[in-house]
Amino acid sequence: MQATANTLETKLAPQTEAVMKDNSQNLPDLNEATVGTPFSDHAKMSVRNVDVFYADKQAIHNVSLDIGKNEVVAMIGPSGCGKSTFLRCLNRMNDSIDICRVEGSLTLEDQNIYDPKLDVVPLRARVGMVFQKPNPFPKSIYDNVAYGPRIHGLTSRKSELDEIVETSLRRASLWAEVKDRLHSSGTGLSGGQQQRLCIARTIAVGPEVILMDEPCSALDPIATAKIEELIAELSENFTIAIVTHSMQQAARVSNRTAYFHLGKLVEVNDTERVFTNPEHKLTEAYITGRFG
Amino acid sequence: MSSKPSTIELVNKNLAKRYRAEARFKAYGIASIAFGLFCLVFLFTDIIGKGHTAFVQHYVQLEVEFDADALGINDVNNPDQLAAANYQGIVKKALRARFPDVRDRREKRVLYRLVSSGSGFDLRKMLEDDHSLLGQRLSVWLIADDDVDTYIKSLDDKAGAFTGRVKEKQQARLADLMAAGQIDARFNTVFFQNGDSREPEQAGIRGAIMGSLWTMMVTLLLSFPIGVAAAIYLEEYAPKNKWTDLIEVNINNLAAVPSIIFGLLGVAIFIGMFGMQRSLPLVGGLVLTLMTLPTIIISSRAAIKAVPPSIREAALGIGASKMQMILHHVLPLAMPGMLTGAIIGLAQALGETAPLLMIGMVAFIVDIPGGVADPATVLPVQIFLWSDSPERAFVERTSAAIMVLLGFLIVMNTLAVLLRNRLERRW
Repeated sequence: MQATANTLETKLAPQTEAVMKDNSQNLPDLNEATVGTPFSDHAKMSVRNVDVFYADKQAIHNVSLDIGKNEVVAMIGPSGCGKSTFLRCLNRMNDSIDICRVEGSLTLEDQNIYDPKLDVVPLRARVGMVFQKPNPFPKSIYDNVAYGPRIHGLTSRKSELDEIVETSLRRASLWAEVKDRLHSSGTGLSGGQQQRLCIARTIAVGPEVILMDEPCSALDPIATAKIEELIAELSENFTIAIVTHSMQQAARVSNRTAYFHLGKLVEVNDTERVFTNPEHKLTEAYITGRFG
Repeated sequence: MSSKPSTIELVNKNLAKRYRAEARFKAYGIASIAFGLFCLVFLFTDIIGKGHTAFVQHYVQLEVEFDADALGINDVNNPDQLAAANYQGIVKKALRARFPDVRDRREKRVLYRLVSSGSGFDLRKMLEDDHSLLGQRLSVWLIADDDVDTYIKSLDDKAGAFTGRVKEKQQARLADLMAAGQIDARFNTVFFQNGDSREPEQAGIRGAIMGSLWTMMVTLLLSFPIGVAAAIYLEEYAPKNKWTDLIEVNINNLAAVPSIIFGLLGVAIFIGMFGMQRSLPLVGGLVLTLMTLPTIIISSRAAIKAVPPSIREAALGIGASKMQMILHHVLPLAMPGMLTGAIIGLAQALGETAPLLMIGMVAFIVDIPGGVADPATVLPVQIFLWSDSPERAFVERTSAAIMVLLGFLIVMNTLAVLLRNRLERRW
């Protein structure tokens, strides 16, 4: 709580301080259950009572949430609220951190993700990820997109691979810009193009779910608009979970929005509801910009 | 108005002092570099000044008759006869013919020392290459003796010529030869074609260079794969616990162990336990591998660490296995750093002397090694051996060998820098 208070002080204008003090006295009990509609009838991924620890420090407290099929779920909340940690649990990217421990149940279509017998390689082929900073491989554009299909052995013929590369680049609306220089380096593209290349690389594997961890935070507004458009198109075929710092972005791209606060899932509701008539006072305080 | 000076006044007051301090700080750096450069220039002028004469060798022209009787050859197609013939005899005969006034037995022996005592081998080679020379009389350029060579080279010295063992009568004969144009200075090919020899004019560094190459080959083939594999395990797979900390401390320790101790280890293990021969490039390479490994492991680990985590996440995020991530992404990106480390490690090993003395690569070896299992010596040990020799002609050869060794080191280190610049990728 102390940390939040500090950031508040730096961000708030003096006249709102009174309001804040008033608010902090009336802060609802965080231990109460998530309000809104965390569950879905056609869940692609289901998360039940998940706790995440970094060594002894608990980063996520008892989170339950469904991500519906072909749905875009946005996760918002102040810095350090655990939304990225939560996202990375969904394809076990946290495995590479030795001190990280996940408890509770996470399933992808009834398959337990944290089953010790489960192989993470096929899991990550089904649940792809796009990162905060565009991270193309220092290889050609073609090889970037073809890498996933190649390692998973999706095709044996060159013509098929060409087709996958073209389709993926088209879906990522990058094809028109790069079709004449497929064999030049992926790192030579602009930031926005690089991020779309990373999205193309992710969808080339044909995942069912795409996780996006603040995909636009390193991009300018025009590139951001393109990615947001792309997310809307992709939701026709993929289930998308996106972490974002921009509430406008969450409002524009998502069907449902989940608000995290200090490692707890405070509220999940239809995006429109969250931004017009939030159920929880903390959500309201956050979206009206009283802290963040 | 306040009497207190304003901020800008205070700043201005201190400004000059700050700039002076800054100029001094910069000057310390420049002074250090200048000192380093001075030492380097001093070293190079000294070595080149002493050694450049070794690349020139004087030759004496003589009328040699390949007299079958004098040689003792009756069948020119018999290789045994060709090998055993008395070539030095016809050289002596040619010298007597050139200076017919030398009668005294002792003076004759002095006369014979005009040309190298190994000249006979050159004549043998000529005859072996061309049998028709037998019975012919032709003028041949023979390598001058080292004393003669040193004397002629020192003729232009301001301090006066170094006569050494070349006495007045011999000097007169040399003046006579020079006046007749029968003494010529040529590029010293012998120095690059021969192995070691007791006679300075016949001694070369070919054997040492080949010995160094074979040794380096063993070292490279063993230390690079082992070092890289160890670095990959330690960086990517090993759990971070007390044991890996202990291993890390020990690797860093090994890098600082005096090299002679590795030599003792080599004697005990490879020669003592495994019963390998002494003086072999194979054993030398194994010892130098032990010595180079820590350098390669440390630099490879640094190179692996420098690969950005975002690339690893990208690979893992689309479902690459750990091995695919390492082989496809981490290794290619870390390779320039690893190669640079390996080349610097090898350059160190190339100049290493002490451990090789321990395993017997200090022996006097004339033959040029043809493989890792032939006894050999290496460049730095050859330098050590020659610097110990009393003949004055070995002084210039020592410096020349140092120049060759430095040349190799400069080439290797330049290669390391070029590789780093060329292969470095941006992300």
